[in-house]
Amino acid sequence: MSLLDLMRSFADSSWSIGLHESRYGYPLVESIHVWALCLFFGLAVIFDLRLLGLTMKKVPVSDLARRLMPWTVAGFIVMVISGTLLFSAIPLRSYQNIFFRVKMVMLALAGVNVWIFHTKVYRRVEAWDRDSAPPIAARLAGAFSLVLWVCIIFSGRMIAYNWFDCDHQPQPEIINYLTSCVPSESEY
Amino acid sequence: MSLLNFFQFFEQSALGDTIRNSVWLFPFIEAFHLVGLGVTAGAVLVVDLRLLGFGLRDYPVSQVAKDAQPWLLGSLTLMFASGIPLLISEATKCYYSFAFWVKMTSLFLVLLFTFTIKRRVTMMDELEVISRGKMTAFVSLALWFGVAWGGRWIGFS
Repeated sequence: MSLLDLMRSFADSSWSIGLHESRYGYPLVESIHVWALCLFFGLAVIFDLRLLGLTMKKVPVSDLARRLMPWTVAGFIVMVISGTLLFSAIPLRSYQNIFFRVKMVMLALAGVNVWIFHTKVYRRVEAWDRDSAPPIAARLAGAFSLVLWVCIIFSGRMIAYNWFDCDHQPQPEIINYLTSCVPSESEY
Repeated sequence: MSLLNFFQFFEQSALGDTIRNSVWLFPFIEAFHLVGLGVTAGAVLVVDLRLLGFGLRDYPVSQVAKDAQPWLLGSLTLMFASGIPLLISEATKCYYSFAFWVKMTSLFLVLLFTFTIKRRVTMMDELEVISRGKMTAFVSLALWFGVAWGGRWIGFS
């Protein structure tokens, strides 16, 4: 069974249809996703801006990380849970949505950025903790994070407006290729 | 001219037409609005959490507020610059939307509160802040919650 078949059968499940068509459930989950975004993205931006030396310059980076991290982690967990629920309500169309795919790639890159930051750059934080402008590696990590998260928000918002939808043919061949869309098999 | 006429006038403007007739302009502007919301949330939360005794509690409230201020003002500018075109493109719908008016009322109140009472509280001496800080943070967060809730819910009506 291919991933596409899996999504197709998941889309036909009563859970998926029920959540998608619920009057308050779906909008509520979407609202929670945005509130969690405020908590996660908002505080992540403050931290990234600190890495760039653009705010809270007198606060040591490790202090900011220690004090804000629990909140960003909490926000991130709620985002992943609510995001998974949103996906489960519209699995097939999301799976074949170019913006969804772009968003997932960006998320993976943001994850790599965090991993590099924590295993390499942040390990030597004592050396530059109080610098108002941290070293170039830390500034780069902050800049990458900002750019990636802005792109994630952009592609995330576009998912709902997908004008490259598989059921709106004809689409450029490259789009159908990138979204695993086979126009003749489209169910819509 | 009634308020409804006023809204309709804007909806029929060239800007309103352009946004409505494009498949990507509305979501594109919305994405800017969402980024603005996130940065505003960060600049507000870092201060409100501090007032509640969380977050950057080893630093004076006044310093945290001062550092966050330019980012609050900058992101609010982005919110207005993106929010107004969005409103213009669907002004009549907004006029009849309960969520829209909840949002506008909360927004008016929270801006008023932020730049008067909250501003004064965050500039107080540390001892005075402790007694009033929590209440200030609660009011601020509750009003911002109303703004975000109303905003998201405009799209569902």
